[in-house]
Amino acid sequence: MEIREELKYVKSHEWVKEEDGVAVIGLTDYAQSELGDLVFVNLPEEGDEVKVGEAFGDVESVKAVSDVYSPVSGVVCEINERLLDEPEYINEAPYDAWFIKVKDITEKEELLSGAEYEAFVESEKE
Amino acid sequence: MELKTPLYEEHVKAGGKMVPFAGYSLPVQYPTGVIKEHMAVRTRAGLFDVSHMGEILCTGEDAKANLQMLLTNDYTKIKDGQAKYSPMCNEHGGTVDDLIVYRKSGEEYLIVVNAANKEKDYQWMLDHQFGNVAFTDVSDQYAQLALQGPKALEILRKLTDEESIPEKYYHAVFDGRVAEIPCIVSRTGYTGEDGVELYLAAEYAPQMWNALLEAGKDEGLIPCGLGARDTLRMEAAMPLYGHEMNEEVTPLEAGLQFAVKMAKENFIGKKALEEAGEPKRERIGLKVTGRGIIREEQKVSLEGTEIGTTTSGTHCPYLGYPIAMALVKAGAVRTGDKVEVDVRGRSVEAEVVDLPFYKRQK
Repeated sequence: MEIREELKYVKSHEWVKEEDGVAVIGLTDYAQSELGDLVFVNLPEEGDEVKVGEAFGDVESVKAVSDVYSPVSGVVCEINERLLDEPEYINEAPYDAWFIKVKDITEKEELLSGAEYEAFVESEKE
Repeated sequence: MELKTPLYEEHVKAGGKMVPFAGYSLPVQYPTGVIKEHMAVRTRAGLFDVSHMGEILCTGEDAKANLQMLLTNDYTKIKDGQAKYSPMCNEHGGTVDDLIVYRKSGEEYLIVVNAANKEKDYQWMLDHQFGNVAFTDVSDQYAQLALQGPKALEILRKLTDEESIPEKYYHAVFDGRVAEIPCIVSRTGYTGEDGVELYLAAEYAPQMWNALLEAGKDEGLIPCGLGARDTLRMEAAMPLYGHEMNEEVTPLEAGLQFAVKMAKENFIGKKALEEAGEPKRERIGLKVTGRGIIREEQKVSLEGTEIGTTTSGTHCPYLGYPIAMALVKAGAVRTGDKVEVDVRGRSVEAEVVDLPFYKRQK
């Protein structure tokens, strides 16, 4: 399981990177490996509002569908269209395959550091 | 607490992701992933642990008469070493299970049933037996391995001689030997590819498993999990009990006419099927033309009117698009029609296509 120190994490297995008031959101390496080969992604549209702890999209593996949750409240300012045609990119490079960028952030979930997220994953495995 | 198959340790060693299935802990996939496992079976070969399947022996001078009454297919003409698929109906014509019967001799048959229905089937057989017959659940004695794919027989030949390889599809060699291990070699499978299923004493399972993987290394043989087993059978449009049929769905509705011999003198459920007349529902194939993946139990509509429900659905790794099977009002649609499927509140367009979705080139 790869964890990047420069990123923040939430317990629903998304990562967040904050750049100039914009939150970039994706799925962690642990999440993609648990989900298996991804074959379909549903994303919101630019301008849609997202809310802390609520699903903003979903990913589907061959076996199942899983929601993807937003760690912040705000407005979607960009979506990664590459994922719509190439969902396998999430499996290949989970920390490059961002899902959405969110601006006008009004609320944030408690974010974990890499070490805290790693400890959380280990505790969930048991 | 789930039961472990004799190959549990091998799966864990190979990094299999273990999940509970029909009371057993089985690998849904290995680190290779469902898509690569699926493709291995379509293009090279894959090895599956299917030891969870149930095996019931049916013996005695009235064995055949009992099978004729219990099952919808006709077992009067099969020869020693031959296998035949059949649904097993309840009195209302619904499906108790679907299974494969091997004829070992005129008074000895091996019945292979779905893992989830093992106890139910066995009890059903005991409740309906008559005359001089004995049904024995021998599931725990057997391990079952499925070696499937275009390279399956080539790999098998490295470990055995021609006498152990059944010549034709749905035939079996009962006194086979593979890798020096005594086993039943059956030319059957659940993937739509050529291949064999091996039944052997549970204690030899790890030895057989490893011998096959070693022998198939150069051909690209890899272990495959339940995930690929499901996507492969779906692509080949093979029905799965609990999805395409159940106690409420008749085998005629499920499209299994080829295995329901209405001309047979009698069988449990025949009267109900006769009285019901033409099936009210039929199984159809759908190819997704919109954006999304259709899963089971989603509503199917034609021009706004609900006509039925999906029974299985997934993204098909070999075909490269999502497909589904559905049980709909008989005659409601024809090949080429466009229908809408409700995928968690979103309407996804699909086209009615002929089954099977995938058929291997011979």
